Amino acid sequence: MSLSDRHPILLTNARIVDPSCDLDIPGDLLMADGIVRDVRRGIGAAGVPEGTEVIDCKGKVVAPGLIDMRAFIGEPGAEYRETFASASQAAAAGGVTTIVCQPDTVPAIDEPEQVDFVLRRARDTGIVHVNPMAALTKGLKGQEMTEFGLLKAAGALAFTDGAKSVINAQVFRRALIYARDFDALIVHHTEDPDLTGLGVMNEGELSARLGLMGVPTAAEAIVLERDMRLVALTGGRYHAASLTCRDSLDVLQRAKAAGLKVTASASINHLTLNEIDVGSYRTFCKVKPPLRAEADRVALVEAVASGLIDVIMSDHNPQDVETKRLTFAEAAPGAIGIETMLVAGLRLVHAGAIPLATLLKAMSTRPAELLGLPGGSLRPGSVADVVVIDLDMPWVLDPADLKSKCKNTPFDEAKMTGRVVRTIVAGRTVYEFV
Amino acid sequence: MNIASKSTFALSRRHLLGIEALTAEEIIGLLDLAEEFVELNRQIEKKRTSLRGRTQINLFFENSTRTQSSFELAGKRLGADVMNMSVSSSSMNKGETLIDTAITLNAMHPDIIVVRHQHSGAVELLSRKVDCSVINAGDGAHEHPTQALLDALTIRRNKGRLDRLTVAICGDVLHSRVARSNIILLNRMGARVRVVGPSTLLPPAVDRLGVEVFHDMRAGLADADIVMMLRLQRERMNGSFIPSTQEYFAYFGLDSKKLAFAKPGALVMHPGPMNRGVEISSDVADGAQSLIREQVEMGVAVRMAVLEALSRNLPNA
Repeated sequence: MSLSDRHPILLTNARIVDPSCDLDIPGDLLMADGIVRDVRRGIGAAGVPEGTEVIDCKGKVVAPGLIDMRAFIGEPGAEYRETFASASQAAAAGGVTTIVCQPDTVPAIDEPEQVDFVLRRARDTGIVHVNPMAALTKGLKGQEMTEFGLLKAAGALAFTDGAKSVINAQVFRRALIYARDFDALIVHHTEDPDLTGLGVMNEGELSARLGLMGVPTAAEAIVLERDMRLVALTGGRYHAASLTCRDSLDVLQRAKAAGLKVTASASINHLTLNEIDVGSYRTFCKVKPPLRAEADRVALVEAVASGLIDVIMSDHNPQDVETKRLTFAEAAPGAIGIETMLVAGLRLVHAGAIPLATLLKAMSTRPAELLGLPGGSLRPGSVADVVVIDLDMPWVLDPADLKSKCKNTPFDEAKMTGRVVRTIVAGRTVYEFV
Repeated sequence: MNIASKSTFALSRRHLLGIEALTAEEIIGLLDLAEEFVELNRQIEKKRTSLRGRTQINLFFENSTRTQSSFELAGKRLGADVMNMSVSSSSMNKGETLIDTAITLNAMHPDIIVVRHQHSGAVELLSRKVDCSVINAGDGAHEHPTQALLDALTIRRNKGRLDRLTVAICGDVLHSRVARSNIILLNRMGARVRVVGPSTLLPPAVDRLGVEVFHDMRAGLADADIVMMLRLQRERMNGSFIPSTQEYFAYFGLDSKKLAFAKPGALVMHPGPMNRGVEISSDVADGAQSLIREQVEMGVAVRMAVLEALSRNLPNA
């Protein structure tokens, strides 16, 4: 993006919500040169630089742009599913100003050159910030660790094998130890492949009725429990990529109480949907790990409210017709979500389950802190990544309107309340709802 | 040839995808209609004309001899043009072919498609892509509604009723669509349903399906009116669910000794094909208490009833 079309912007009459400093006030926000310059009540149009674009927010929420800590983008290797261009359009429409893309591409992002490719390619074709996580093990094979030092120097934010768990405990232990020397964050998907087996949905009464093989919550909790032991042994920095159930929350709670350097994410799908949404074999609700029982969903929401779960991410995973128009057992798991993460999250806010500031914190401030990213705050001097949200606008989601290349949204035809009306990346408006 | 059925029962729905969707009244309606076809099938002249001009396609993605021939015979006896299509699962990209095949077949204007598929939910998925009636002839481990109906008909003819009977369903319930459809149907009709099997072969949360759960044949068969054995689905086992067929037979195979735990004169059923010496001994399978051959006979009658009852609701009928 060129600097020439980037004039100062003043957002007036806003409700400023900045979770990084517990700010929730009516006021104005001034940004210039890609930086937040001033946040307070009554900046007014008077004392602003010439050429400032003044936008009356009419009481709408102004918050730090969202950082989506887990999104699968098809580049390189699966451009038919998603590109940085299409993903960033979707992100902008969803208020996401930073995409943290996953390394499980083809080839996998396991060498510094690939990190460089992602950064350059995203810079040239995207309209929001894109930063990759790099593979934890070479080729995501779970055997040999990658070059944490060189990869981090190239710009990798963290290390993960995407939707795969590293089953070899020795490999995982060494990775945690080695990562410590580079203060690298290990992000781990916790799902025992053998216990998961042929399972395609949550194990329980519903899977029994539908005649589908189930995945027990223990498949997740067992791997997480092992990881906690290894974190205790090594002192590494660890982030659970996607927790879905109460069993895991108990494990996480104990680890945090013991002072381990452990944090965790939950996907927006697991916070707003449950196994019943699978209904009559809806493949758009087939995700990995599977949607859980309502009691698990409620526990997960409570964990976000209490801060036990640090981050909410989209788990954006575009799948096209060929991989979703199949029987439930055969269909690929995954749902798109980068564009709907915030509005789906607003359901929890409107239901009184989570305060707005907590939701926004889990979607911006916390991921910024964990990954060492500049966003997630509106404090003067911060990067001007800003989202303007109309909390109350009612609308019905039409998949055809979504910007993603794939339309596999579980919120097909869902009634939504609240909408992103403007997204600003580095001081420049990249999305405006009209 | 032109004798109309006495029963005027019609299913007021387009598809038969599972027992789950059926009311007790609809089940009774189908069984009553099937009774007429039992009589018809025992005559020399078995032909009816109620499906004349109709096209029935039997689309089987999974091998089946008895169900497919039963549906074929049922359709032909009602006067339909019946076409059998067996799609070998190894020679295709399964799911893609499922929908593509559905769209292709739909363009040929069939009136009824009978579908069997190895994956749960596949028949329902197919039913959304076609304009004709769809009958589920078994989908994965989900439902096999005509099997449950023929089992119910067999029981009712022998016991005079379905309610207040104790039915023990024994064996590999986990992988069994027959068990699921039977559990739903028998519960709906007021029977007491038990499942008996090793814990590895019972679905998790099976107790939530409205059954009593037993892991021991002596307790499970006590006072049972009906003992319904399931085929041990060895080909579906991807893990080690049981250590050996010998041990399985020792604890869960139905022989005359274990049958003696049930009510005197208890009746034995099996959906077939049987693994003799694995889940059932030959002397029980062929013995006086066995209804297994009668089940096959009822199969044709029940499938005629389903075809007839659905066809009465077809367009231009």
